[in-house]
Amino acid sequence: MPVAHAVASGMNGLRAAGDLVARLEMTKGMRLTEAKKTVAEALGVGVGDLADPLVMHEVRGELRLGRVFEAETTYPHDPSPQEAKAAIHELLGLG
Amino acid sequence: MEPRILTRQGDGSAVSLTRSQLRSELEEGTRAAAARARVPELRADELDHLLDVFASRARFSAVDIGDEVVLSFDGSGTPQQGSRVDALVQYEQCLGADTCELYHIDYSYKAVKTVVGAEQQAMKEAQERVTIPVHYGAQPDLGRYSRPDGPCGNWSELLPAMRIDEARAAQEEAVGLAVEDMVHVAGELWEAGADGINFDTAGAGGDADLLATLLAVERLRAAYPAMGIMVGMAAELVLGTHGKLEYRGTRLAGLKPEGQCRVVQEAGATIFGPAVNVNTSHTVAWNVARALSFMKPCMDVARIPVHANVGMGVGGVPMNAFSPVDAVSRCSRACVDILKVDGL
Repeated sequence: MPVAHAVASGMNGLRAAGDLVARLEMTKGMRLTEAKKTVAEALGVGVGDLADPLVMHEVRGELRLGRVFEAETTYPHDPSPQEAKAAIHELLGLG
Repeated sequence: MEPRILTRQGDGSAVSLTRSQLRSELEEGTRAAAARARVPELRADELDHLLDVFASRARFSAVDIGDEVVLSFDGSGTPQQGSRVDALVQYEQCLGADTCELYHIDYSYKAVKTVVGAEQQAMKEAQERVTIPVHYGAQPDLGRYSRPDGPCGNWSELLPAMRIDEARAAQEEAVGLAVEDMVHVAGELWEAGADGINFDTAGAGGDADLLATLLAVERLRAAYPAMGIMVGMAAELVLGTHGKLEYRGTRLAGLKPEGQCRVVQEAGATIFGPAVNVNTSHTVAWNVARALSFMKPCMDVARIPVHANVGMGVGGVPMNAFSPVDAVSRCSRACVDILKVDGL
């Protein structure tokens, strides 16, 4: 069931920018449209890029926001989850 | 003769209907909700769109590119995935979850209170290994406070015996105890690093269950202004097991998703999750039309994000632990396309 929902309608989480939009919704109670716009502006991308894993993989790497990895594409110098979350909080002004 | 299209019953079993029959299912589903909840039926264009979704022979259905929404998964993880925290990592790295949730198998704040230290340790580990937001979730579960599981009178026994005043007093006593437990556990998990707290199936025990949740949310919001607080409902209608309870002047018994959303956001939650239960005797198309009709009015009053519940047996998703993807994906898409929800 999680896979079906993720493929049918999800923002792809750490594969794209779903977790960033989620943080604004859950922390600030921000509605989806505003949350997407805020994240897109903070990242310097279009709203339409937020669920695109190719665009977001590069952006997340550059801004050190954490990203998924695979056996063929490892990122040993990427930040740890704690470091990535500190960067996300600063980027989105979550305090 | 009209060709038949494979679709699903509310229990997930396959059934073949014609396009005309599917339209009837959708029309009857929205009509059932309108009659029951006194809400508007879905518009003709909305029914047309749903018909296209359900009459498609495609195995899978999805929202348009650009229309994706946030997926907040509760109860993330199953035993095959290893430890609870291993499961959260997999939800993040492999399953595309936007948020995940650490939970104890005895999904109740009262039960978790006794092992909260262990839960804090698990949350600490989760925060060290997961980048996406991690909720901590459990149920208000008011029934646990009644005898023999708890110290209060058992209103399920008192009500049939017509001992109404005693049943009400027992529930009021349970509310006080439940609020203390929820505030304690949620506060401890927040202190351990949780990104948010999920009150799942609020109102499952009726209006007193919902009142306990709202009072806990109110206190947590005052104590922790930055806390993410998600309140997911148990059903489309709050049962009046007490009948007289109010929250800030609103009678809780009988509240439907619109009213539920109003009180939840007033209490200080940041995400509201409406739930509409599935009738397994009807088709998924019927159930989806009914669920959307129930939930749609709350989209107009919501100031906070609305994440429709679309797990097993709610929101049109079949009441089956292994729901077919053709049905799940259609429910997922229908909620986004028709309701314009903020998440699922």
